[in-house]
Amino acid sequence: MNATDARKATGIGAAVRRKEDFRFITGNGNYTDDINRQGQAYAYFVRSPHAHATIDAIDFADALAAPGVLSVLTGKDVAADGLGGLICGWLIHSKDGSPMKTGAHPVLALTHVRYVGDHVAVVIAETAAQAKDAADLVNVSYGELASVSAVAQAQDKAAAQVHPEAPRNTCFEWELGDRAATEAAFSKAAKIVRLDFANNRLIPNAMEPRAAIGEYDKGTGIYTLHTTSQNPHVARLVLSAFVGLAPENKLRVIATDVGGGFGSKIFIYSEETVCVWASKKVGRPVKWVAERSESFVSDAHGRDHQTHAELALDANGKMLGLRVKTIANLGAYLQLFSSSVPTYLYATLLSGQYDLPAIYCEVDGVLTHTAPVDAYRGAGRPEATYVLERLVETAAREIGMDPAEFRRRNFIRKFPHQTPVIMAYDVGDYEASLNEACRLINYADFPARRRESESRGMRRGIGFSAYIEACGIAPSAAVGSLGAGVGLWESAEVRVNPTGSVEVLTGAHSHGQGHETTFAQLVSDRLGIPIDNVEIVHGDTDKVQFGMGTYGSRSGAVGMSAIQVALDKVIAKARKIAAHVLEAGEGDIVFEDGRFSVAGTDRGMAFAELALQAYTGHKFPTSEIEPGLKESSFYDPTNFTFPAGCHIAEVEVDPETGVVRVEKFVAVDDFGNIINPMIVEGQVHGGVAQGIGQALLEHAVYDPETGQLLSGSFMDYCMPRADNLPSFDVGVTITPAPSNPLGLKGCGEAGAIGSPPAIINAITDALGIRDIAMPVTPERAWRAARGL
Amino acid sequence: MTVVAMQVNGKQVSADVEPRTLLVHYIRENLRLTGTHVGCDTSQCGACVVHVDGLAVKSCTVLAVQAAGSKVRTIEGLADGDSLHPVQAAFKEHHGLQCGFCTPGMIMTAVDMLRRIPKPDEATIRQELEGNFCRCTGYHNIVKAIKAASEVL
Repeated sequence: MNATDARKATGIGAAVRRKEDFRFITGNGNYTDDINRQGQAYAYFVRSPHAHATIDAIDFADALAAPGVLSVLTGKDVAADGLGGLICGWLIHSKDGSPMKTGAHPVLALTHVRYVGDHVAVVIAETAAQAKDAADLVNVSYGELASVSAVAQAQDKAAAQVHPEAPRNTCFEWELGDRAATEAAFSKAAKIVRLDFANNRLIPNAMEPRAAIGEYDKGTGIYTLHTTSQNPHVARLVLSAFVGLAPENKLRVIATDVGGGFGSKIFIYSEETVCVWASKKVGRPVKWVAERSESFVSDAHGRDHQTHAELALDANGKMLGLRVKTIANLGAYLQLFSSSVPTYLYATLLSGQYDLPAIYCEVDGVLTHTAPVDAYRGAGRPEATYVLERLVETAAREIGMDPAEFRRRNFIRKFPHQTPVIMAYDVGDYEASLNEACRLINYADFPARRRESESRGMRRGIGFSAYIEACGIAPSAAVGSLGAGVGLWESAEVRVNPTGSVEVLTGAHSHGQGHETTFAQLVSDRLGIPIDNVEIVHGDTDKVQFGMGTYGSRSGAVGMSAIQVALDKVIAKARKIAAHVLEAGEGDIVFEDGRFSVAGTDRGMAFAELALQAYTGHKFPTSEIEPGLKESSFYDPTNFTFPAGCHIAEVEVDPETGVVRVEKFVAVDDFGNIINPMIVEGQVHGGVAQGIGQALLEHAVYDPETGQLLSGSFMDYCMPRADNLPSFDVGVTITPAPSNPLGLKGCGEAGAIGSPPAIINAITDALGIRDIAMPVTPERAWRAARGL
Repeated sequence: MTVVAMQVNGKQVSADVEPRTLLVHYIRENLRLTGTHVGCDTSQCGACVVHVDGLAVKSCTVLAVQAAGSKVRTIEGLADGDSLHPVQAAFKEHHGLQCGFCTPGMIMTAVDMLRRIPKPDEATIRQELEGNFCRCTGYHNIVKAIKAASEVL
């Protein structure tokens, strides 16, 4: 294979098989629970069995005397050591200008517990079983209090209060858009479509439960935390600057292989904080691994909105305005990004793919006695898409227009397009995705398929969803102006070794996305070197200087762009060195297919030879050009990216049993340029499965009286299984993103964003009903089929 | 404590464990074979599937003492040296894994499935996977990989 062919096989656009797979398929992965430190002890947490109670006394004498127990620590110990609480990193202001209101989030509860699963004490013992046994002996006297768990009741005057700092459990009353312009648009409307819906609460359930090992080195005073994190540097920053565990230079955070995140591993939780802190107190490494039941009650949940929405149309089916009122459940404490999810990540997407002249959205963020709610795959964008695409489909039906045609009539067609809700879309071709999706599902023949289903006594329906999302959330100054406490750039460092192999250190973190492959494809492509000569290093604060981690489909658009810029710098310097070594003018040096050559001659050298020259420093003036070949970048994009696409679902409902089968699911997405189509398709499959899970199966349910989590195990919380899902039909259209040098938009969340309304639109079509609540269980569909 | 001996991946092993020790903990903690994972505490997720005397079992649901004297095969014992088992190779070729956490259990389940049902159709594969959760792939490429493996086995 020559150099050009080799690059095509492993470069940008190739379906390269993943470099990381070998260790996973042979059982050689290195997840946090696979790590064991010399002399480690084990932590087990005593959690609140009540949704709301005072902690009147904690008697742990028996626990302390139990076999193997080293220590029992409570909130009093945390307070005595002067540790700060857990934080929310995004400040939201209410429409009256006041900052959001909430109470402190202690690492271990001090006076009150505020949700079932809240952290009361930790038992540290020689073995995990001894810690768990002893935790049963910790006797906590609780003063049980009334609780509130449902979003609809949280603001009632009589509702139990979560934090005294937030009257009526209202954290913020936020707004976006132009109220007066929207009222005016509605006053001219020929037709107004109204819907009320809930966006059901979900539990992320990455297959690897959270885990942590804290370790303190007495000699150096350095703490090390091995943890299941999507963003180890942010964890270090928060644990240092806010919790005050240790200065940043005395804390190393390592997140090696992480078994899925979906948002839930962005956040800084009590458990890992305690493991680090306790490791010094007991003088031993402290390990904690969540049992799945703990994940259910204490991982941050997702969604949980209650919304009333109205869409105004003129007599020709043109959209005039959108009015939305949402109440969003934030749980008992704000997690790291809780406040941004139902506000800036939600209402800014309410224009969808449509030329909507006026939008006004109000969001009340409410506190309840439930686990914190924060980002879960899509984070705000699935909720926005659900609101809009359910309204749009309903509107099309009510004015008697084909739903595809209705969308075409309202699509944005000129770019850039400024929406009424902050976002300035830079590029897109929404009709192209819609048309391709219609082609893939064979829309024209749907009536025949429906008749065939009906001949068997089944009901068949089809549903569209034309979604848009914002990824690569940036530039930093823009997110800062909206309340973010951090910048959202990304870093990269490209280290060329003297033999021409390359290490790339990235601040992004891979927990299933395949960065070790896709990032290496970029390097292989740009430097013309074999992909096996490229190593991607991530997930260790001692190796990578800083980074913002992976969430919000940002690793390609932001993380790879940083690598691209660093590679530009490497090539620029290499070119200078090549000019000296090849005794030519820099302007005459051509770099192509991994070879530096002098234009128009046969003089040249391979990248690896150049690398060696860079490190020997023999043939260029080191007073002008420093020896070595290593460059870095902190890359801040110029705009968000706007992946968009069209999903179409076709379902068959059995009216006798209420069982809904997804017969076909087509996803056509515009992710901009694509590095590895195999990996992109895999991301879509996974996202769609989670979206179908939300639409048909998954629901986190709290008992309204007691605040107990009723869906607290895989026996009660219905995870999508292989036989709940069809094979998916995935297509692409491409408009490269202009806001980053690679033209990437991001593909991690689209599946979960686009799919739920497509499924519900298909079910309502099949049953001839206006609305049905998610998840559409067989019982709900059966009742709906009977008009019950 | 009780001494539990068995054969794991062709090697005779023995460890002194509490009688309540689960097979999965015996494998992970005592033998330090960490390819077998624990993803739940209710025997639903299947991340812990291993073979005991040739049959796929959820090792979180078997006491180590129950497997005493048995022949156990874990994900680490599936490949023949550097040569991958066809199911392993198919998972890589068809992108049947993302985060990799469910993968060892999926592969061990698939190997057992293809032993019992050499040429399954898609519906059968999906049904047979009901005891294994994957949160990343939507199962699409897992199904594809198992189908492909069935064609070369």
